[in-house]
Amino acid sequence: MTSWLATVDPLFAHGVTWAVLIIVIVKVLVGFAALMGSVTLMIWFERKAISDMQSRIGPQRWGPFGLLQTLADGVKLFFKEDLLPAEADRFAFKLAPYLVLVPALITFSIVPIGGTVDIAGHPVLLQVANPPIGILLMLAMSGISVYGVILAGWSSGSKYPLMSAVRASAQMISYEAALGMTIVTVVLATGSLSTHDIVAAQAHGVWHWNLIRLGIVPFVVFLIAITAELNRPPFDVVEAESELVGGFHTEYSSLRFALFFLAEFMNTITMSAIIVTLFLGGPAGWVPNIPHVRWVFPILWFLAKTVGFAFGYVWFRAALPRLRYDQLMNLGWKRLIPLSLGWMLIVAGFLIRPSWGFLMAALVILAWTVLTRAFVLGQGREESADSILPPVGERPLPGRVLRAWTDREKD
Amino acid sequence: MIATAYAIPDVLVFLTSALLILVGAVGVLAMRNPVHSALSLILALFGVAVAFVAQSADFLAAVQIIVYAGAIVVLFLFVIMFLGVDRRETVRVEPLVGQRVFAGVGVLITVAGLITLFARSHWVTGAIAVSSSGQPLATGSKNVTQIGTAVFTTYLFAFEATAALLIVAVVGAVLLARRERAADAEGSQS
Repeated sequence: MTSWLATVDPLFAHGVTWAVLIIVIVKVLVGFAALMGSVTLMIWFERKAISDMQSRIGPQRWGPFGLLQTLADGVKLFFKEDLLPAEADRFAFKLAPYLVLVPALITFSIVPIGGTVDIAGHPVLLQVANPPIGILLMLAMSGISVYGVILAGWSSGSKYPLMSAVRASAQMISYEAALGMTIVTVVLATGSLSTHDIVAAQAHGVWHWNLIRLGIVPFVVFLIAITAELNRPPFDVVEAESELVGGFHTEYSSLRFALFFLAEFMNTITMSAIIVTLFLGGPAGWVPNIPHVRWVFPILWFLAKTVGFAFGYVWFRAALPRLRYDQLMNLGWKRLIPLSLGWMLIVAGFLIRPSWGFLMAALVILAWTVLTRAFVLGQGREESADSILPPVGERPLPGRVLRAWTDREKD
Repeated sequence: MIATAYAIPDVLVFLTSALLILVGAVGVLAMRNPVHSALSLILALFGVAVAFVAQSADFLAAVQIIVYAGAIVVLFLFVIMFLGVDRRETVRVEPLVGQRVFAGVGVLITVAGLITLFARSHWVTGAIAVSSSGQPLATGSKNVTQIGTAVFTTYLFAFEATAALLIVAVVGAVLLARRERAADAEGSQS
């Protein structure tokens, strides 16, 4: 058991001793505290940046530049009444916020924040965990957090949250396919699932970053798909204020609402960090040769890149109008999935041999052309009498029998 | 019988996963509300994922959660909510006559098969001698290589046949869905 643990994390090379255990616990605590702290800052940053873009002042009362506003809001939410709607499904209503929060926390654990440092003679990776399934953990956790949204919407026993839940389930499933396909492209080029290896493979300069090495396309697809997965604008049809009141968390108040809010911003930070990890080399960057503080610079690079994407999300929210639901589905299924699938095949071809790559590219372009033609034909199709198909087959039971049963059930 | 001595942590992990699977599986049957049944199903699937991790099959565990818990049960919930069958129902009508008898026979056969498997082979996977030494075939990230090689060489035909089956199912579903809408349009026109 120990032998293969060492291949995953050099910390366990000499077995699990007390010192190693303490280091792991400290890593977890520091990671948790850093995430919580950055969430508070992120909420402040988003409100301040949006208000600047909209020529408003934004939070300013608490602390310098209104920095403590988030804490004040947290305290306020803490003392609010905790409402439980009469129509609610009690168990699912209480469970849902945790199903959103816990995956958000776990996903952050695989993000490599810096390089490797020596603490008391132990080589320590600056990431909370480096499991062999690596980046798949992120996919699994985003799969779980869907349940938080769906259950919150359904269990509220209210119309608009239910519609939000149905939208969430369809949207997240659709975009997970494109997301998974781009991750496969990255994994193919790296040859490993582990986030540490993905970052290590990009460490030798900007030209090795997956952003450039894989062509820009997977990065763009990933950015769009992850924004949809986060339910952030312009893909926030799940909590579209102008259509669905507040979306899935309409009926939530007090601490439970705070948990949803916290998880949303935590996910924004984590996904910015995941984009940086997958496509921009994570902590890779220029390190000046200053003794004793060399390990600080990768962390600074990582932070700078992550803040860049976090700002990008705020900018999206301020600048882009929300997509309509059918536009969202068209973008996901008809454009992103074929694009990411085809690009994955091309990259796989080039990884074997350039000639295979060009052959694959020709085939994929042919397939894209056929698909585009099919979409155009499908959209231009008119519903007329001869476009209606005749009924195929029979119902399993005659309608008379079925009706008799349903009528009996009503009595 | 397998005479391997198991370490205490392994036994604890196995007990946890077994408990998750059993509680989840019983919950699926016992819950009156379909949404609660779906939640229990997720619990059982998580238990299976834990069992996979205990067997050093990390990749399978991840795929188990991504595909089954993350996508398939979401679709179940989608259908449950969309069709509005999320009310407590008492099943008094039997759509298929005599299905309870067949269900009983099916359960008996399955349980007998499981007992036979447990008595003769490996305790979780049910396969006879997954690896002769008692060690896992692959650990950590080598899982992907192992599964990829197996799926695309030894079991290629089964893999492609499954893919074809899924395509046929999708085409069939699209055809049936189209027929319903066509019939509606006809009804509204006349």
